[in-house]
Amino acid sequence: MHNRTPFYQQHLDAHALMVDFFGWQMPLHYGSQIAEHNKVRQDAGMFDVSHMTVVDLLGAGGREFLRYLLANDVDRLSHPGKAIYSCMLDDQGGVLDDLIVYYRAPDNYRLILNSATRAKDLAWLEKNANGLPVFIQTRPELAMLAVQGPHAKEKLLSVLTPAQADAISTLQPFEAVDIANWFIARTGYTGEDGFECVFPAEEAETFWKKLLAAGVAPCGLGARDTLRLEAGMMLYGQDMDETTTPLESGLAWTVAWEPSSREFIGRAALEAQKESGVKRKMVGLILEDKGVIRPGYTVIVDGLNKGAVTSGTFSPTLEKSIALARVNADVGKSCQIDIRGKLKAAQVVAPRFVKHGKIIV
Amino acid sequence: MSNVPSELRYSDTHEWARLEDDGTIVIGITDHAQHLLGDLVFVELPDEGIELKGGDEAGVVESVKAASDFYSPITGEVVEVNEELQDSPALVNTDPYGDGWLFRIQPEDTSEFDALLDADAYNEQISEEE
Repeated sequence: MHNRTPFYQQHLDAHALMVDFFGWQMPLHYGSQIAEHNKVRQDAGMFDVSHMTVVDLLGAGGREFLRYLLANDVDRLSHPGKAIYSCMLDDQGGVLDDLIVYYRAPDNYRLILNSATRAKDLAWLEKNANGLPVFIQTRPELAMLAVQGPHAKEKLLSVLTPAQADAISTLQPFEAVDIANWFIARTGYTGEDGFECVFPAEEAETFWKKLLAAGVAPCGLGARDTLRLEAGMMLYGQDMDETTTPLESGLAWTVAWEPSSREFIGRAALEAQKESGVKRKMVGLILEDKGVIRPGYTVIVDGLNKGAVTSGTFSPTLEKSIALARVNADVGKSCQIDIRGKLKAAQVVAPRFVKHGKIIV
Repeated sequence: MSNVPSELRYSDTHEWARLEDDGTIVIGITDHAQHLLGDLVFVELPDEGIELKGGDEAGVVESVKAASDFYSPITGEVVEVNEELQDSPALVNTDPYGDGWLFRIQPEDTSEFDALLDADAYNEQISEEE
């Protein structure tokens, strides 16, 4: 499979290094991943995220369906235009995927899910919607572009139509608006302010070129990964999957326990895990020595194996290697990492390193 | 297209080698290799004074994306390493054949150098990979 997004030609024109990403031809970087990362922290960058799965849930049964399907509760969405992040669990409490759900109207919710899990997600939605008045509509014809960074808003406003600009000027974080054929949300995956725009594919080229002219830098999957890791945002398939629950993935805050009467898939398993004590936790690591922590490396305290790195990289903002790791609950403030047979010292911190361009650890 | 200077010799593991007037050989990684690795953030160099055999692992270059071993294409003693890379690993990206060199070796036998790929042969190899 070599799926191409509506921005494929724009990537080639910008000299992207293209890679296969779960069947999609995607840009890894356009020359320097670190330069792209810094551009998003300091100014504005754009990411083609058209490979992600957009699903609209239409019909009166959407609310009831989502309250059963998701670990977070869509009843926290107080009015149309609000969005919430949630895990979708299996019966054992394992994470099937993470997603954002946007409340557009009482009979219309939009889900944005991962690309690699598309087939599994759609089968799970179909299976659990059984009998409810809800129509599951995928939207593969839409393009999706994330514009992120401290100057994302002013640059985006400068290229939108007056009506679109007016509609987003008052958007708060985790709010979205429908304007003509466009859907614009103040969400993202970088830890910076920014927007995710969903629109007809035939408008992709023009929109990209306008943003480019406004000084918004094309950014690839490489920068997307280092930005999200610095921001402490989990990556599905790497930081959590079916074998882990949200409680051991740094995502307990996304589980809506109240009201206790709400039954959702995985609730019983999570309650049992909470009851018996959660034995593993997600932590952040900062390497004190030179080197780079990579996924799969072992976390060691007093000579004992205490867990494993799930994501690790070089942080352009901290100019050190940082990582996320799932470790035993008793791990304290320091550890060692086995880097190709050499033990190197690391500091254990909360799994969040950078917020709005500032180092917070 | 990658830059492959005609005056250098190459290994099939993407190192380049340059024979100096004093008989030592300078080793680095090619433009093609640095491009595939992306931004380098850390370089682990061999210790000065150690003996390496042709094909031995000599050190590690790490980019944001991945760690990759590099090898000595030549048998001999490591007589100098590029200390600049400790603080500025990105020199390998910006100037792979100049300031981004990795180490200098005193060869046992220069026939090993002559047996390395020339620019045409290396160009052919990387075009097959692409």
